[in-house]
Amino acid sequence: MTRWAMVADLRRCIGCQTCTAACRHANATPPGVQWRRVLDMEFGEYPDVQRAFVPVGCQHCEDPPCMHVCPTTATKKRADGIVTIDYDLCIGCAYCAVACPYQARYKTDKATFAYGRATVSEAKLEDDARLAVATKCTFCVDRIDAGIGRGQRPGVDPEATPACVNACIAGALAFGDLDDEQSSVSRLLAENQHFRMHEELGTGPGFYYLWDKVAA
Amino acid sequence: MSFGPSPWRQAHWDARAAGNFICGGAGAGSIVFAGLSGADDATLTSLILTGLALVAVGLTCVWLEIGRPLRAVNVFINPRTSWMSREAFTATLLFPAGLATVAGAPGWRWAAAALALAFVYCQGRMLQAAKGIPAWREPLITPLIVASGLAEGAGLFFFTSPLHGVGTRLSLAIFAALVLGRAVLWLVYRGRLSGVAAPEARAALDRTGRVLSVVGTLIPLGLLAVIAVATVQQAIGLFAAIAGLAAALAGAHLKYTILIRAAFNQGFALAQLPVRGRQP
Repeated sequence: MTRWAMVADLRRCIGCQTCTAACRHANATPPGVQWRRVLDMEFGEYPDVQRAFVPVGCQHCEDPPCMHVCPTTATKKRADGIVTIDYDLCIGCAYCAVACPYQARYKTDKATFAYGRATVSEAKLEDDARLAVATKCTFCVDRIDAGIGRGQRPGVDPEATPACVNACIAGALAFGDLDDEQSSVSRLLAENQHFRMHEELGTGPGFYYLWDKVAA
Repeated sequence: MSFGPSPWRQAHWDARAAGNFICGGAGAGSIVFAGLSGADDATLTSLILTGLALVAVGLTCVWLEIGRPLRAVNVFINPRTSWMSREAFTATLLFPAGLATVAGAPGWRWAAAALALAFVYCQGRMLQAAKGIPAWREPLITPLIVASGLAEGAGLFFFTSPLHGVGTRLSLAIFAALVLGRAVLWLVYRGRLSGVAAPEARAALDRTGRVLSVVGTLIPLGLLAVIAVATVQQAIGLFAAIAGLAAALAGAHLKYTILIRAAFNQGFALAQLPVRGRQP
């Protein structure tokens, strides 16, 4: 079996938002829609303060609440763990958006572009099927499927890897198969202490955050 | 440990979604109470038609909110896991059952009441399944929504009582029990959200709690106590109408608050902060 997952190393992320830009470029999301965004979080009080940059987005949960509540079955989970949306089935009720504990879902009623008119890239990727329905991070599923079709390995070969991971200049994002012990994500999780967001809700996110080395 | 950023109010469902819970809940409650009250045929007919109309208004509100209204029929696809699909199916069965009751078909009064109860139960479970909103996913939301729907429906019955009479003492007792039950459920529900829901959500809930206590509970119960000992029929009708209206309006206010004003998500949280200063 395969279970695609993403790992974000909170020690490495510098909040440059290159992953956000890469995602928007790859998926032509409209202004205000960031399938991959990076939170800038501050903790503590002066002088004992700390800052963390936290990549967030769809967590591709093991038990996705968005899928269970969807009245149309537009939201599905593939055998490899990727949660998808069928834009042709979705009625845009946004029930999934309020059911998602990670605020990962968006609904855009009309086409808008960053500079008023669509750029060449935006015009090429603009898709009316995505209007007035739920959208979210897909883990760049098209790249993954096409790459596998070419015999490539997602998480290893850039052409088969999510755009945000490819773009990360700090090596903070990694992608791979949790069920493959040799994958980058499996090795990172074995070598580092990690957690998942809102784990108490039982959704089983497929997105892990590294925060320290495994204690010696 | 939760470090924020601060939770913010969801913007996906607006007053149109609240309209479904307000109108649908009160309408379904009205149909249930029509069955429980033992009302005569004319009263039963008017109550059920009013209830069905309210449910229809609520569903229309939702239809106006969805992004792709021409695909609305797709809402029926997933009754296996989605309470929204189940609500849609229940509503679809409720209308013929209600109309059969109105047409005088024997036995359908109880079928309509059961379906109306199922409808309002689905509404409660819809909120409970929304894990993104702490004020919704609290399991007590379901009995609270059901109790409020029934209290609102009973309130509508007594609001219109100058037209058809207040019914039996049992009806009054059921109404009082529903109002009281809703207040108790509210108090327990609110208590469970302490430390869980966002401060802004708790503040909104507390403001509504005061309205619910006074307008939705104390006034109706006080007026029902007066009715229990009153002998002047005109005064009884007036007091019952005021009590019913207060209970129904407080329920609508409660639902609007839960659906809109208290609908804060939980933001983002880090279970651990990154440990820096060592080679990762």
